[in-house]
Amino acid sequence: MSQTMDPNNMPILSEASVSVEIETEDMTLNIGPQHPSTHGVLRLVAKVNGEKISSVEPVLGYMHRGYEKLAEVRTYPQVTTLVNRIDWVSGFANEIPFIAGAEKLMEIEVPERAQYIRLILTEMARISSHFVFNGAFPLEIGALTPIFLAMEDRERVLDLLESVTGGRFHPNFNRIGGVKPVAGAGPTTKKDIQDLPAGFYHDTKVAMEKVLKAVDTFEDLIGGNEVFQARTKKVGVLTKEVAEEYGVSGPILRASGVEFDLRKQSDYLPYDKFDFEIPIGENGDCFDRWSVRTSEMRESAKIILQAIEDMPSGPIQAKVPKVIKVPKGQTYVRAENPKGEMGYYIISEGGLGPYRLKIRTASFSNISILPIMLEGALLPDLIAIMGSLDFVLGDVDR
Amino acid sequence: MSFSSELLIKVLVVLATAPVMALGLTLLEVKGSAWMQRRPGPLHVGLRGFIFPLATAAKYFQKETIIPKDVDEPVFKWAPAWVIAAVVGLFTIIPLSPTLVVRDLELGVFFLLAISSISTIGVLTAGWSSANKFSLMGGLRAAGQLIAYELPLILSVVGVVIQAETMSTVGIVEKQIEFGFPFVIAGQGIAFIIFMIAATAEMMRTPFDMPIGESELTMGFMTEYSGIRFLIFYISEYINLFVMCAIASTLFLGGYHIPLLPTEWVNFYGPLVLIGKTFILAFLLIAVRWSFPRFREDQLQTLAWKVLIPVSLLNIMVTAIMKVVF
Repeated sequence: MSQTMDPNNMPILSEASVSVEIETEDMTLNIGPQHPSTHGVLRLVAKVNGEKISSVEPVLGYMHRGYEKLAEVRTYPQVTTLVNRIDWVSGFANEIPFIAGAEKLMEIEVPERAQYIRLILTEMARISSHFVFNGAFPLEIGALTPIFLAMEDRERVLDLLESVTGGRFHPNFNRIGGVKPVAGAGPTTKKDIQDLPAGFYHDTKVAMEKVLKAVDTFEDLIGGNEVFQARTKKVGVLTKEVAEEYGVSGPILRASGVEFDLRKQSDYLPYDKFDFEIPIGENGDCFDRWSVRTSEMRESAKIILQAIEDMPSGPIQAKVPKVIKVPKGQTYVRAENPKGEMGYYIISEGGLGPYRLKIRTASFSNISILPIMLEGALLPDLIAIMGSLDFVLGDVDR
Repeated sequence: MSFSSELLIKVLVVLATAPVMALGLTLLEVKGSAWMQRRPGPLHVGLRGFIFPLATAAKYFQKETIIPKDVDEPVFKWAPAWVIAAVVGLFTIIPLSPTLVVRDLELGVFFLLAISSISTIGVLTAGWSSANKFSLMGGLRAAGQLIAYELPLILSVVGVVIQAETMSTVGIVEKQIEFGFPFVIAGQGIAFIIFMIAATAEMMRTPFDMPIGESELTMGFMTEYSGIRFLIFYISEYINLFVMCAIASTLFLGGYHIPLLPTEWVNFYGPLVLIGKTFILAFLLIAVRWSFPRFREDQLQTLAWKVLIPVSLLNIMVTAIMKVVF
């Protein structure tokens, strides 16, 4: 403090009064946009009284990239490169609802094999996203080791994704009416075209067995840890009613006890052919959100193992015109992404690109419950709650 | 040898030993954590990464010291000195052999408890003077934590003092030699566990690292520090680890003594034995650090006041009764 005191104006000691009651004032604590555990550039303006939070106001928009507007000046096949980057932890899964929406407007029947490939890769994206969660969540509440184990196992899944699509995070692999063949495979409507790399089935089987093993390890190492349980159980409880009112979706909603999974409800991919369960939580606390995601990894691995068992043969691309124009109309297609429900509202005026594209992302709706959940929480719980919501800032701001 | 020249030599030896031990423990930490996390750890600096800690320390010397505009400058600048003075001061009472000790104080254990609380002042002033809300919260958390864990630390040592009938650290080791067993086996096992838990909290290591809590408070009271002052905080953390583990092995594990070795050679093997025991204990704490998440502030206080303090009081009672009976 560099202020100088005027000797003539000094307060006289005898005049100073001491109030018996100590007046306390809430301190405004700016958490973020640059903060280690806000997953990027989320800013929380918190009013804190000691360690206790009295109110929180999330401030968004630091990562707004204008994808909805950008999509208006791009053709349909070009939009997938954009939507890959919305939730970058599971880039592949973002493409699916958009492509499915465009196909719905064009009334294209997608070949079964292409649908299976999409399904396998979507589930791989889910597994890799939940691996990141299993590393990052314990990291935020202070356990530094699980992230290394999670990254090591995630790498196997990403290697598989890369071997098929050529990209680890931004595959840009879906085409309207099908998927991309391997490089130099020739015309895509041919009967038996090479689409998956050699040894893919075997490698997938090995990798999925490893994933199943990793899930067991996590349930022991993270879920069985007493300190982890003390930090997450009965912390950040989200009731069924509040979750439904705020449009929360995905594992967070299921952890609160609502059995809602678009993979069972919707038909954007042939999930009805597989046998899998939807993990449901009981209390809706941070621990349940962790355990729902971890059990989901196991179910995803089971789906992939089933899918490669009865993979149909055939073409991977439906017949589409050279220049893709989507007929006039509008549609909304939603899908169960790793973070929750993701939907695209496409309005087409019959042009080369969408007239208007509205993107509904899971993380944006999911963090809308932050002010409610954080009211009255302790500061360390803020970190645990934010970590358990598993949001990605690209998915919030897009 | 005159008193002043003897003092000078002792001070120089301590000032040379403390950073070397801290660097050794840093190496143990980076290599140990890498081993636990299936990583290779540092590999390229020096022989298989073995001078990595030295390179890290040297790096901080060339970093710019940034002092933010609004900090209370003299307090901010002196805060690291309090912390390192407290931990280096504790070297005074660590006996490497019956004669190799800076000063065998009669009230050695008392000295330990008195000096180790000085670092609270450094941590609190660092948090207060930084003009940063995260630092302030870190500083206050640290103060609350250090005060709460001072008590179990003291109370767990009281059992040892009762059993050894002396407060001198050399005397406690000699008593254990006379006894035939280290105190950790002979009656003070619970006290040892409490001491290690309380020491972990004193050192602010995971699972008790809320004052630093990098995912909550960025770096707690150290947030605004950079360059050489950050290095002082960093290195005093490891010196503290060494000192606390050395004291634990002195009080509970028989210190410089190891059975079956000729006692007349103790001046030669004593230091090695003590450092060996210290590093084994330190590795235990390192393994704990890399296995557990951190507690919440209120859980930490609950653990101290509702579990550790009652149990250590009970331990004192039992020890006293046994002492009277036998």
